[in-house]
Amino acid sequence: MLGVIRQRVTCRGIPTSTLEQGMRVVASRAFSSSAKEMTVREALNSALDEEMSADPRVFLMGEEVGEYQGAYKISKGLLEKYGPDRVVDTPITEAGFTGIGVGAAYYGLKPVIEFMTFNFSMQAIDHIINSAAKSNYMSAGQISVPIVFRGPNGAAAGVGAQHSQCYAAWYGSIPGLKVLAPYSSEDARGLLKAAIRDPDPVVFLENELLYGESFPISAETLDSSFSLPIGKAKIEREGKDVTITAFSKMVGYALQAAGILAKEGISAEVINLRSIRPLDRSTINASVRKTNRLVTVEEGFPQHGVGAEICASVLEDSFEYLDAPVERIAGADVPMPYAANLERMAVPQVEDIVRAAKRSCYRSSSLAATA
Amino acid sequence: MAIWFSRSRKIAHFLKPKISPSEFLYKICPNYSNSSSFRTLSGENCRNPQAFSDYSTTILSFRRRWWRPESTRAGEQVETPYSDDDYEDENQVLDFPGGRVTFTPEMKFISETSDKRIPCYRVLGDDGYPISGSKFEQVDKETAVKMYESMVTLQIMDNIFYEAQRQGRISFYLTSLGEEAINIATAAALTLDDVILPQYREPGILLWRGFTLQEFANQCFGNNADYGKGRQMPIHYGSNKHNFFTISSPIATQLPQAAGVAYSLKMDKKEACVVAFTGDGGTSEGDFHAGLNFAAVLEAPVLFICRNNGWAISTPISEQFRSDGVVVKGQAYGIRSIRVDGNDALAVYSTIRAAREMVIREQKPVLVEALSYRVGHHSTSDDSTKYRPINEIEYWRTARNPLVRFQKWVHKNGWWTDDDESELRGSIRKQLLTAIQVAEKTEKPPLAEFFSDVYSHLPSNLHEQEKSLRETIKRHRQDYPTDVPL
Repeated sequence: MLGVIRQRVTCRGIPTSTLEQGMRVVASRAFSSSAKEMTVREALNSALDEEMSADPRVFLMGEEVGEYQGAYKISKGLLEKYGPDRVVDTPITEAGFTGIGVGAAYYGLKPVIEFMTFNFSMQAIDHIINSAAKSNYMSAGQISVPIVFRGPNGAAAGVGAQHSQCYAAWYGSIPGLKVLAPYSSEDARGLLKAAIRDPDPVVFLENELLYGESFPISAETLDSSFSLPIGKAKIEREGKDVTITAFSKMVGYALQAAGILAKEGISAEVINLRSIRPLDRSTINASVRKTNRLVTVEEGFPQHGVGAEICASVLEDSFEYLDAPVERIAGADVPMPYAANLERMAVPQVEDIVRAAKRSCYRSSSLAATA
Repeated sequence: MAIWFSRSRKIAHFLKPKISPSEFLYKICPNYSNSSSFRTLSGENCRNPQAFSDYSTTILSFRRRWWRPESTRAGEQVETPYSDDDYEDENQVLDFPGGRVTFTPEMKFISETSDKRIPCYRVLGDDGYPISGSKFEQVDKETAVKMYESMVTLQIMDNIFYEAQRQGRISFYLTSLGEEAINIATAAALTLDDVILPQYREPGILLWRGFTLQEFANQCFGNNADYGKGRQMPIHYGSNKHNFFTISSPIATQLPQAAGVAYSLKMDKKEACVVAFTGDGGTSEGDFHAGLNFAAVLEAPVLFICRNNGWAISTPISEQFRSDGVVVKGQAYGIRSIRVDGNDALAVYSTIRAAREMVIREQKPVLVEALSYRVGHHSTSDDSTKYRPINEIEYWRTARNPLVRFQKWVHKNGWWTDDDESELRGSIRKQLLTAIQVAEKTEKPPLAEFFSDVYSHLPSNLHEQEKSLRETIKRHRQDYPTDVPL
């Protein structure tokens, strides 16, 4: 089993021996008997397939989801299997097909609306917020909206400002919505299934760069009835010195940082949030009460971000337990630049997380943010 | 099969034009000519290789939508929406995506206006007599009387609730004055199974379907008996049992939603359609374009009704669009449309009956533009005398009043007397005043309803917030309003 991980890890050029310890923890959690691997793309595709097969009311709608097999091939094979009534290619109008999806959900179907990227969801955000999120409340329970909005979120590589924004904080602030951010293939399968089955509107934030990444997957995860609970974070790596929270792609970075920190004698606990709304405050606070230090990591803009909310929650519930100020790692407060060198500086890197953890553990000469 | 399919498409893409896609397909699929036909990118019916027939029938089941075919076999056609007779001379015709077009050496622009506006269907003259030669669906005495009574009720309800707002008893109100015929005649022409997605000036539909004056009052006062549990502003009615979707403030969002509801309704195979309303102003929203376009492409059974009442708050239609009203927009989307005199109850009734029949039978959308005039202000937050002449308002309120015209017709048939009139008006007025008094005195929704329905099930964090709030109220009772039941 570990051989698989060792292989995967070596490909990334990271010395296996040091990582093995941490990975062992991951391994024992991630899978039981099978050494199968699955990419996030395959995980999403299989989840969609199984849910569409199980419930005839589920249908997929979006640009390029049918004939083109999906802009990122997530819906590959689905048009052929389910036909154009259930895999609907749409004209280019986010406002249009989001509105239609919401209408269909009002009347009892279970649409999965795909945005080519969540940046384009801004053209439909009135329907997401005012027509979907608030409807159950405003109609006093007469109109429920069992809809899922999914698509890639956050930065990709070299796509510039209008294709790189992270919307976790925006949607995460809306009562009536549930917001999920998977990291691994297990997350992708379990959370997408849970989202489709959920009676409330769910915003499902994927990541383009993770689609091709492979993760080990257990037999349990492969079962068609598998799903993960919404609102529960996952402790990807246990530790005792500092808590690092992250979601989506940043979980991978946090795990790498934890590996580097371990070499320097700092044992970091990495929490994969999985759910932005509802936020698993109890897991986060329990961890902080154990480690007494917190570093939040996110790709999005810093102001009013997910890290800000986590920080506030920890201050409210676990103030006396903090031994150091909370460190917030976020993207730069600029629209994402295109040039590769600038882009690299606009997104958190592993080194940023390592330095923040060290600052929080008093391992730098000063507490200045530049330390 | 799917994988081979996509590979072959890739190959076809890379082929130079010297071998046409159809020739290529012929080479790989010898029994090319034997199978079911499908419509190609050029809108023509093409023969389809047997190998692909399974795939194409599933596509066909929903007909020609955004179809990007694997082969284009130009020159061979069986059936097009435009008749073959138009193309007598093969040399005069060009193939393009979207179909065949004749070409012309003359450069001719289509005028932005036509010399004649689309005429407006009308049945009743101002004197209450049917116009000679008018064709309309006959209305029996029971229906006609119910229609007239409902129009009167709607008018009085509007006046009294408006006054209540002016007196400070409710925070907001919006009238449908001048559009009573559109409201009631439409409602009478539909059935209870038809799903209504309103804008906000259609309470007459609810009234016709049995929503009581007390229920209207309860919503406006946001009390415990309100079906909306006090969550929304006044006039944002909604009722599942009356098949009337809760009113939502953003304009025109209900139009693409209607196409979605119809998409779902089609599966139920009921003798029913979706009816979506908008005003003249709503046609400027992006959602109007998306909703109508989608409904046409998806072949959704939606009846779109546009109440063109001349004003969108202070914007007159001359500043709203430069087209000949809304009816001409229908054809642009491939939607059958009609213009009707919205102040003529009989014309509206006949039109909606016919349109509904078409929508259900042919399972495609229809657009009705009902011309009218917004007699009242946009809402209680508006004073329309600031942007339009008072005599114009008065003219439409009196000389062009839909109630007066219909009443003359009902009266002439011997179905209505002046005594009936005064009795009805007196009774409605009394009922309304009582309803308002009762609604005013009824308790407001309790604290538990503050947190319910955000999600389908109460999540733990809201449960905790409710507990915390109750604790706080217990400790600091004097800081909280006394009329909130705990």
